[in-house]
Amino acid sequence: MSLLPRRPSSRTGGTDDVRPTDGSPGQDEAAGPLLRGVDLHKAFGSTAALEGASFSVSPGEIVAVMGPSGSGKSTLLHCLAGIVPPDRGSVTFDGRDVAALSDAERGALRRSAFGFVFQFGQLVPELSCRENVALPLRLNGVRRKDAERRADEWLERLEVAGVARQTPGRVSGGQGQRVAVARALATEPRVLFADEPTGALDSLNGERVMELLSGAARETGAAVVLVTHEARVAAYSDREVVVRDGRTRTTEVVA
Amino acid sequence: MSIAKTFLGLLEGGPSHGYDLKRAYDEKFGQDRPLAYGQVYATLSRLLKHGLVELDGVEQGGGPDRKRYAITDAGVADVDLWLAQPERPEQYLQTTLYAKVVLALLTDRPATDVLDTQRAEHLRTMRELTRRKTGGDLADQLVCDHALFHLEADLRWLELTAARLDQLRTEVAS
Ligand SMILES: Nc1ncnc2c1ncn2[C@@H]1O[C@H](COP(=O)(O)OP(=O)(O)OP(=O)(O)O)[C@@H](O)[C@H]1O
Ligand SMILES: [Mg+2]
Repeated sequence: MSLLPRRPSSRTGGTDDVRPTDGSPGQDEAAGPLLRGVDLHKAFGSTAALEGASFSVSPGEIVAVMGPSGSGKSTLLHCLAGIVPPDRGSVTFDGRDVAALSDAERGALRRSAFGFVFQFGQLVPELSCRENVALPLRLNGVRRKDAERRADEWLERLEVAGVARQTPGRVSGGQGQRVAVARALATEPRVLFADEPTGALDSLNGERVMELLSGAARETGAAVVLVTHEARVAAYSDREVVVRDGRTRTTEVVA
Repeated sequence: MSIAKTFLGLLEGGPSHGYDLKRAYDEKFGQDRPLAYGQVYATLSRLLKHGLVELDGVEQGGGPDRKRYAITDAGVADVDLWLAQPERPEQYLQTTLYAKVVLALLTDRPATDVLDTQRAEHLRTMRELTRRKTGGDLADQLVCDHALFHLEADLRWLELTAARLDQLRTEVAS
């Protein structure tokens, strides 16, 4: 039995196109990491959240970020995604220095090239699940009809077609999380950032969400930054990076 | 795992030859380690000796597979007993790993590296199991999940120990 859901037919490009965003130098980077953070430092007041963290992920690769609570995992993800500016160190996406971008450019990058899944509280409560998934597509200029059709395809792929018309308040935690994954993947981001995506789910639902998330990411060639402290979730990754006291320790994969 | 009890359980479905029992066992429980024929026939003759199975017929010709075995009432009672008894929860005392950590601390070597190396190895195995599970049927999933949960427990211990290394270093030194 194949657990990989089929890709929706809506996808415009070729099978494994690495789309360079708006005319940037994307080609030379194809073999190297797509997203890279080097020697990142970040303090909140007197709290040092990151003290020399480095990270890289290549297209189609799933990298787990592990480590104890408070070690700086989420801060690392926020720096990599351009949500929080690091005090020191650099973040490059597709060869471009993310810090050098204007706020508007960074916002556009996040909307068009990045997808996000968090532990909870990410769906707009007033909108139906279908509208929630369609929302980022609409923000990227996709027409309503097309956006909703694609939203339906992604909901089906995540096995929650049945809740398309419900509002998030009326679906279970597991269903809501699948809707959130559908929303994050609907724009076919080049990088998917997932911070404890299964943290609020029981094992069975968590595993299924990870199966669907990793399957869909592998098929679309998205790079995935997967923050988790659960080993069974990290086991869906290709390699792991461990954060301890704001520093990364990489354990190279043998074989 | 008890091959004898498993054979008895399989024989409750009806009489069978040694070869078919082996096939059923390998398929359902063997994972990657099929039974050797020697084990199969040694087990059956032991069951026969204890009256838990009996011969259900012997065909003409040579070789051990002429014999067909059937479970006896005593055999069925034995299966009842086996299923009713809980397995002893394994203690899983991580003595080797614990000794490595303590010795690293005693000899001023980086104990965190011991834990990190082990974590990487555990995760590597967990990835393999996860892959096998994702491509497998329900039986694969259940067997892999069992192993995955145990490995996860080890990893939690590694994490907890990593968090307590400073404390352990002090105690080991005194
Ligand atoms: N916005 C903020 N303001 C102040 N301190 C912060 C902020 N964000 C994070 N911190 C602090 O930075 C440190 C790292 O936090 P971070 O959220 O990155 O940890 P984490 O590894 O994601 O933990 P968890 O597993 O509990 O989610 C913590 O000490 C935290 O209190
Ligand atoms: Mg966090």
